[in-house]
This record gives sequence, structure tokens and C-alpha cells, in this order.
Amino acid sequence: MVSSLQIRVGLGLPEPHRSSSVDLIKQVPPPPRALSSAKHPLLRESMPRHVAVIMDGNRRWARMRGLPVGSGYEAGLGALRRMVELSSNLGIRVLTVFAFSSDNWFRPKVEVDVLMALFDRGLREELQNLVSADVRISVIGDSSKLFNSLQALLANAIETTKKNSKLHLIIAVNYSGRSDVVQACQKLAVKVKDGVIEPGAIDEVAFERELGTNCTDFPHPDLLIRTSGELRVSNFLLWQLAHTELYFTESLWPDFGEDEFLQALSSFQERQRRFGC
Amino acid sequence: MEKQSGSVVVRLLGSLVGYMRRFLFRFLSVGPIPHHVAFILDGNRRYARKWKMDDRMGYKMGFLALMRLMRCCHELGVKYITVYVFSIENFKRRPEEVQTVMELMLEKIEGLIKEEGILNQYGVRVVFAGNLKLLSESVRIAAEKAMRVTAHNKSLVLVVAVAYTSTDEMTHAAQECCRDKADHGSQQQLVELADVERHMYMAVAPDPEILLRTSGETRLSNFMLWQTSNSLLYSPAALWPEVGLRHLVWAVLNFQRVQPYLHKRRNHLYLSTQQ
Repeated sequence: MVSSLQIRVGLGLPEPHRSSSVDLIKQVPPPPRALSSAKHPLLRESMPRHVAVIMDGNRRWARMRGLPVGSGYEAGLGALRRMVELSSNLGIRVLTVFAFSSDNWFRPKVEVDVLMALFDRGLREELQNLVSADVRISVIGDSSKLFNSLQALLANAIETTKKNSKLHLIIAVNYSGRSDVVQACQKLAVKVKDGVIEPGAIDEVAFERELGTNCTDFPHPDLLIRTSGELRVSNFLLWQLAHTELYFTESLWPDFGEDEFLQALSSFQERQRRFGC
Repeated sequence: MEKQSGSVVVRLLGSLVGYMRRFLFRFLSVGPIPHHVAFILDGNRRYARKWKMDDRMGYKMGFLALMRLMRCCHELGVKYITVYVFSIENFKRRPEEVQTVMELMLEKIEGLIKEEGILNQYGVRVVFAGNLKLLSESVRIAAEKAMRVTAHNKSLVLVVAVAYTSTDEMTHAAQECCRDKADHGSQQQLVELADVERHMYMAVAPDPEILLRTSGETRLSNFMLWQTSNSLLYSPAALWPEVGLRHLVWAVLNFQRVQPYLHKRRNHLYLSTQQ
């Protein structure tokens, strides 16, 4: 079973996967503006602008196959590459991924080290591809706790891609939704102390401007996908999820591919969003 | 004679159902019971349309469902229930509809706080959480009276989220934190997580372990975004007036399945805020 798995370290998936979404869009005939397969008919005008993903299940995936945890994370990286490409091809503008929660530091050190190393390697190897694909990278979370080399790498990636505009990939690293809200309150308190704003004048717009997601014009995900069957948000974006449609799937993250993503988008497009009214 | 035997049968059946419910709760109590369950009461208007009633009747049926679930939670040993009754965003609905909800709320609050009312009978303390200044004066006064009159009750806390949204709650907490820090003058103390939590409308209760939203919609609709960050989210397809014991039981069983993980997660969350 182990020998039949084809996980390529640091490389993308085999070519057919990489190009399949592009082929799919070309091959599907009209009706006009219809996308994707007959199984998941999608409308481009109803595509979510911002999709957020909790990439859960890498370790479970590895355990089920008798593989070390590192293999699970590798496979997860492959799934992320697929997701970035699919999102770009489907016209999604912002993709936010929960790469590492501030709660994850409590995992075994060996695992955390493997994950950080993979993050470092993945970013180095993929940066050029992302630049060519017109993907802009931003990072939210407290990156000051990461290794210096990784911090520098992230800063370089952000700087190198800042003018790209096709897809905005926001990577949440050492991120906690609650910490994001607290740091926004801290910034507002400083502004009040400096006389820039009165406490009574602090409204939701002013608050939102201080959150980590102020790097994008579309900070509110339309759709949040969480893999591996867990039914919770786990301290990912809090404020920003006020009217987000939540989609939970039993698939483990490394298995989350094109079909699963199209299914999630199809479910999203069937929903009636009322925005609280 | 037949009428009497009929009513005896009904009473017996009632007792049997009650006995089975208590047995079921005893069985569930072998595992951990959530301290706090939060509900999004979605589907009253859809229920009314389904049964060709007017909206007011749909809301009344929704109120009965709330009382039913409150009794179940009380018997099960849940200590806090939070219900999302009216969002700030709901003020954008048609004025007649807003009026219907406000009138019904006033009527029900006044009924509930009577001496012989269900709240005192079950020892329920009611708390209204939200931007109460947005309510009409009569509703706000009734709400404040209800909070005063039931403040001594200790069996269960019913938190009614009205004129509430989570983003408004967090903005209000930010304003209060800023006022606190500004009052300290030149001593610039950093706003901390505990400061933010202390100023939340929902500070009266611990975070819910379960959030149950009816009508099958899987979204949070600006409800307790802060407090539900690690809660189990459950969205049965039943409309709110149709919700019953089986939904609560299902939610609790699922909670018991993931509880060891959630407990560990909560500790990590606490520890990470101390760093």
C-alpha cells in the first residue's frame, strides 16, 4: 500500500491534475457562463469572491496509511497547490488558508519542526510559479515567533508579489482569530490615547480597519471550507465570518481535490444568503 | 366513564414519556454534559408559511419550542442557554414584522416573570444581552424588570440575545477597553484578552460548548463569533418550532464524542493567552 503512493517531495502533482481545471473549462459547452462538469454545474457570476479554508486532516491521512506525519503535510501541500490553481482558474479573488494556528505550537515539537521546514521549502520552490501565475501573497498572524529565515522568506514573498492581482493568497500563520481582535483593540486604544479618535467614534468600520485582513478589499470570506469532518471554526477568522457560508466535509485535506472543491462551490451557489435580514 | 378512562390513559402515557426522558438524560449524564448551549432560532416565518399561518403564529410556536427546550436543558443539567432572538440586522425587516416581534417579546416577558411563571418555577435567571438602547422603551423596561426579578434564581441562566450582533458586541467592548485605558492617564497598559472578554455583552456566561442552528443553514449570522470559536456547530434541517429533544440529544452525543479534544483545545487557548 505504501509503495503504491506517489507523493513527490517538493514537486507538484502529476501533469494531468495541474492542467485539468483549465481543460475542463474549455471542454464544457454552453449554456453561457456555465462552468465545470455536468455533475457540478456552476455559474461564474455566483462564484464566491473570497474562499477560506481550514486544511484539516493531514496527520489523520498519514496515520491511516501508516506513514509519518511529515508525509501527511507533504500531501497537504499538494492539495494546497491544487486549490490555488483551481481558485485562480475559477475566478475566485481571495483565498485564505489556515496554515498554522497559534494553538498548534502545543503539538509535539518534532511535528512542528517538520511543518515549519515544509513551509520554508514549499515557499522557496513555489514562489516563482506564484509570481508567474499573478498570485499575490499576504500573511496574517504573528510571524515574529517564526524562525528568522522563514520570516525573511515570507517578507520577500510578500514584497515580490505585491503588485500581482489575479488571486490574493492570504496565509494565516501563527494566527488566532481572538488575538487578531485583541490586537485591533490595542491599536484602537493607542489611537484614543494619541487623540486620533474618540472612544465613542469607534464603529465597526474603524474596528475592521485594524484587523489583519485589512490587506484585502474583500476581508469577509463568502465561503469557509473545513475538511476532515470536524464541525467547528477553531479560532480561525472570527469577525470576518459573520455572514460566511460554512461548508464541512468528511474528506481529509490531502484528498480534497477538484471534485470536492466543485461540490463545495455548488453547495455554496445553492444557498440563499440573507446577511442577517 | 369513558372520558375518565381516556384521561387516565393520557396521564399514564405522559408519565411513561416523562420516565423515558429522565432515563435518557441519566444515560447521557454518564458522559460530560455541556455547561452552555447556544441556539439560533431560525425558521419561524418559514414554519408559518409551511402551515399556512401568519408570522405572529409562527413566532408563538417558536416561543413554545423555546420553553420545551429550556425544560429539557434544565433536566439534563445544562446551566446556561443562549438564544438569538433578534439581531440588529433584523431591524431592517419590514416595520410590521419588527413590530410583531417586539409586541410578542413584551407579551412573553410579562407572562414569564409572573410569580407563577415558568422562570421562577424552574429557577431560571434571565439576562438580556445586546445593545438594549436600540429597543423601544417599553420592551427595554420590561427586559430590565425581568432581569431584576429573576436575578436571585440559580438553576439555569437564560441569555436572550436581542438587538445583538457579535461585531457590535466586539466594537462596544473595544470602546469600553479604550475608555478604561484612557482613564489610566499616562500609564499605557496594553489591552489584553481578559479586558475584551470582560466588556462583552455575553460575559455573564462561559463560552458555549455547542451552537445549534435550526433550518439547515450553516452560517453564524453574526452571532457569538468570539464565544463559539471552539464550539461544536450543529445545524439540523428542522425549522425552529419543530426542534425537539432528539436534536438536543444528538448534539450532546456529538459533543461527548469530541469533548476530550475540545477540553485540550480550551486549555491550549487559555495557555496561549498567558504567553
